Amino acid sequence: MVAIDIDNAAKSYAGKRVLDGVSMRIDKGEFVAILGPSGCGKTTLLRLLAGFEKLDDGSIALGGVEVSNKHFTLPPEKRNVGIVFQNYALWPHMSVGDNVGYALKIAGVGSSERKRKSLDALDAVGMRDLSERAPADLSGGQRQRVALARCLAANPSVMLLDEPLANLDVHLRASMEKEFLGFHKRTGATMLYITHDQSEAMALADRIAVMDKGRLVQFARPHELYREPRDEMVARFIGNGLILPASSIAAASQPGQVMAEVFGTPHRVRAPLSGRAGAQLSVHPNDLALANDDGEGFSATVERVVYRGSHNQVDFHPDAMPELSLTLHAPLDRAVAPGHAISVRIDDGWVIPAAA
Amino acid sequence: MPAFSISAKGLILAGLAAFVAVLSLAPLLRLALTGVAPDGFVDLQRLSDLLLKQRVFTATLNSLYVAVASTVLALIVGVLAAVLTVYTDMRAKTAWVFGFVLPLMIPPQVTALAWVQAFSPTSPVLGLLGLTLPQGARHPLFSSYGIVLLLGLYNAPLVFLTVRAALRRLPANLVEAARAAGAGGWRVFFTVLLPLARAGIFAGAALSFVSAIGNFGIQAMLGIPARFPTLITLIYQQLNSYGPDALADMASLALMLSLITVAGICFSGWLGRRKDARVEGLGGAIQIDLGRWRPPVEAACWVFLATTLVLPLSALVATSLVTGFGQELSLATLTLANYSNALLHHASIREAFLTSLGLTTVAVIVLMVVALFLGYFLSWQRSVEVRLIHMAAELSYALPGIVLGVAMILFFLKPLPVLGFSIYGTVWIILAAYLSNFLALALRPVLGGFAQIDRSLEEASQVAGAGFLQRMRDIIVPLVAPAAFASGIIVFMSALNEIQVSILLVSSSARTIGPMIVFLEEGGSSTLAAAVGCLMIVIVLALMLVASGLSSRLPKGALPWQN
Ligand SMILES: Nc1ncnc2c1ncn2[C@@H]1O[C@H](COP(=O)(O)OP(=O)(O)OP(=O)(O)O)[C@@H](O)[C@H]1O
Ligand SMILES: [Mg+2]
Repeated sequence: MVAIDIDNAAKSYAGKRVLDGVSMRIDKGEFVAILGPSGCGKTTLLRLLAGFEKLDDGSIALGGVEVSNKHFTLPPEKRNVGIVFQNYALWPHMSVGDNVGYALKIAGVGSSERKRKSLDALDAVGMRDLSERAPADLSGGQRQRVALARCLAANPSVMLLDEPLANLDVHLRASMEKEFLGFHKRTGATMLYITHDQSEAMALADRIAVMDKGRLVQFARPHELYREPRDEMVARFIGNGLILPASSIAAASQPGQVMAEVFGTPHRVRAPLSGRAGAQLSVHPNDLALANDDGEGFSATVERVVYRGSHNQVDFHPDAMPELSLTLHAPLDRAVAPGHAISVRIDDGWVIPAAA
Repeated sequence: MPAFSISAKGLILAGLAAFVAVLSLAPLLRLALTGVAPDGFVDLQRLSDLLLKQRVFTATLNSLYVAVASTVLALIVGVLAAVLTVYTDMRAKTAWVFGFVLPLMIPPQVTALAWVQAFSPTSPVLGLLGLTLPQGARHPLFSSYGIVLLLGLYNAPLVFLTVRAALRRLPANLVEAARAAGAGGWRVFFTVLLPLARAGIFAGAALSFVSAIGNFGIQAMLGIPARFPTLITLIYQQLNSYGPDALADMASLALMLSLITVAGICFSGWLGRRKDARVEGLGGAIQIDLGRWRPPVEAACWVFLATTLVLPLSALVATSLVTGFGQELSLATLTLANYSNALLHHASIREAFLTSLGLTTVAVIVLMVVALFLGYFLSWQRSVEVRLIHMAAELSYALPGIVLGVAMILFFLKPLPVLGFSIYGTVWIILAAYLSNFLALALRPVLGGFAQIDRSLEEASQVAGAGFLQRMRDIIVPLVAPAAFASGIIVFMSALNEIQVSILLVSSSARTIGPMIVFLEEGGSSTLAAAVGCLMIVIVLALMLVASGLSSRLPKGALPWQN
């Protein structure tokens, strides 16, 4: 069943388009991440879903009911969505328990029932013992959990999270990521999770919507984004992607594969089944390897070697295009040093489709 | 789903608009109309006859003169005080600031009364100090100099507060950079600090000018006996001698006063904006070591307070404790008769106290509610209508209270539609004037309160399903309550202290306490007037104490008398 159906949504502020023709269907129980650089319109999309902003064009339906179009906006209090705000927005004059139980109180749930349900919600985030505390007396991670519990207790049809981990330190982020996953599995809630951290999105989401300059560029599963990016922006954004120029593309023996010439050397890589192939090849540092002998790859020169524990990170430039800086991961037993001439093999790559 | 429905929010916004339209906009428009075209057409002949009349012309010049001269005095005193308390290592600053700002909280007519009594030839305190003024000579304060002096000292705290706020925003590294460039103390002061604080200084000047030109208490108490007419006393005397028949002329004079006020605000705004220097930078507070100058500077500061605050107030207290003005205060003459008279025997004083307390309480309650809602819209849902409402409120606060008084009479003189009676001459017209005049004042701390809370707190309750009024009750009011309380206190003090708004509106059946002092003093009951003045100061001090107790929960700067 479709939980969120965004159709051709458009929004401008003072004549400036910040969302342009965004369409997206999200199934019930799905965990979707919205990923994109700062200012691309992620928060605007979330505020449109919550009902804080009005649509200029298009429509939004929640659970099959249209809640926004250009003439009508159902107010947030009637939408049954939950939001976890970036700054948590816990009410400082209420205890943790009252914060969590507020939506139930508004819904007219009796006080004993309310108490039970908010304790359950606090339980789900491991905060049951702190229900009498004031929000001011909590740590950052604890506040995050309370905000999550507050959202959960209201039993919303959709949970919207705007960069919920942005205010936490790196260490806490990792543990909260794990918690979000467990939380999603337990509750089966439909979650829309905004972030500009691609590794966070890859780790958490069933599907990722990549946005750029107000447009939805690609909406796909993480491995698909990684392996088959639709354009250069996605390719660069995901997994430290690299772009190489490709030419003389010819069909290979298997469908979905082509022979492409990169820096004068032919390589077997993947390409879209339909549509035209462009002149750019998307690869990742892991897809590049040091070749054993010259004929196998293109020649390049090492710029820098950085020890990364499990491997060496080798920064280099192809001799055919010295201004392009690339990276590969080399096994520790391969001795390389700055200035060395090397030969680089492309194990896997994806020819980015030409723009329509 | 309904395409549109009448929301609680829409209704409240409409209510706010109606509130301001009836209480501020319509009366002021009526005033402008009557001032320019009393009979429905613009009669330039009448206007020029009126404004060029010797008396009117002189009064206009006099008004301008006292306002400008006293503003210069207020600037000198206020800026000095701000620089000393913000930048130097002067000791006991908190206490000194409290004493310096205190006069601002005291009704101006009480201040005037205190000064008059302190420096009269039969002064009770000058005598104690072994000083005397020549018997039979005219009172030195009953003169244009007296008015300028008192207005200047009265408004110095206003300048002080705005300049202090501006100076506090200046980062230390600007001064350090000037020092590093080789500039000495005075050079730094005149070439760096003053120019950077300029916007604040001119904002203070505007406040002082507006306050001075509309200050009825001091201008009436000193100007009338001195036969030194100003626009404001002229309007008052016109109503006294001709009654509402003189309304058209009063309206023209009030309009003139408003124009001067608005021109003053615009002029200093322009001066402050020219070559606007927006300051960015870091660094803690600037500290200037007074070194060996510290003791003499401190001594000068405290002598200043002793002369301008302690001396007049002790004269007031001394006068309130004897039965006849000029009587020496000793154990034999000491009496509480004036206080018992004021509180128990003198029915009109008692009633004036009760009327004022009642009016003030109602005004505070209404204005706190209105300010909470208006503050919400101004902070989070600014639209053209909301801005217009705000402008109207600010206008009726900025214009001299007596102008508002004239406007209220003009607008409410006729019987109300539907109800069929006129509220002129009753307490209701005074209440209407208070609500109109003090709305902007009530709004300020509330806006500060809203600025301190994040909008997402409201949005979080909205997604939890709470409607507008529920959000207001559960989330916004608890969070803004301290600021709203501060605004309640400030409105309470201002309304209790005021004289200029109600002076034209009081009648035998509806008297407030502010004008009472003028009436008593005019009627020769100086000792009774002194007792009433002392009682008002006690009330003010009690209110300040209550508010200070809550200061830790208030937005910074909500209480003007705190350092
Ligand atoms: N209320 C507003 N008025 C005017 N412009 C706005 C408003 N809100 C957002 N914008 C603009 O719309 C664009 C998209 O903003 P949005 O907050 O949706 O970006 P974002 O993707 O959430 O960015 P970030 O990752 O920095 O949070 C930005 O250019 C922003 O300046
Ligand atoms: Mg954002």
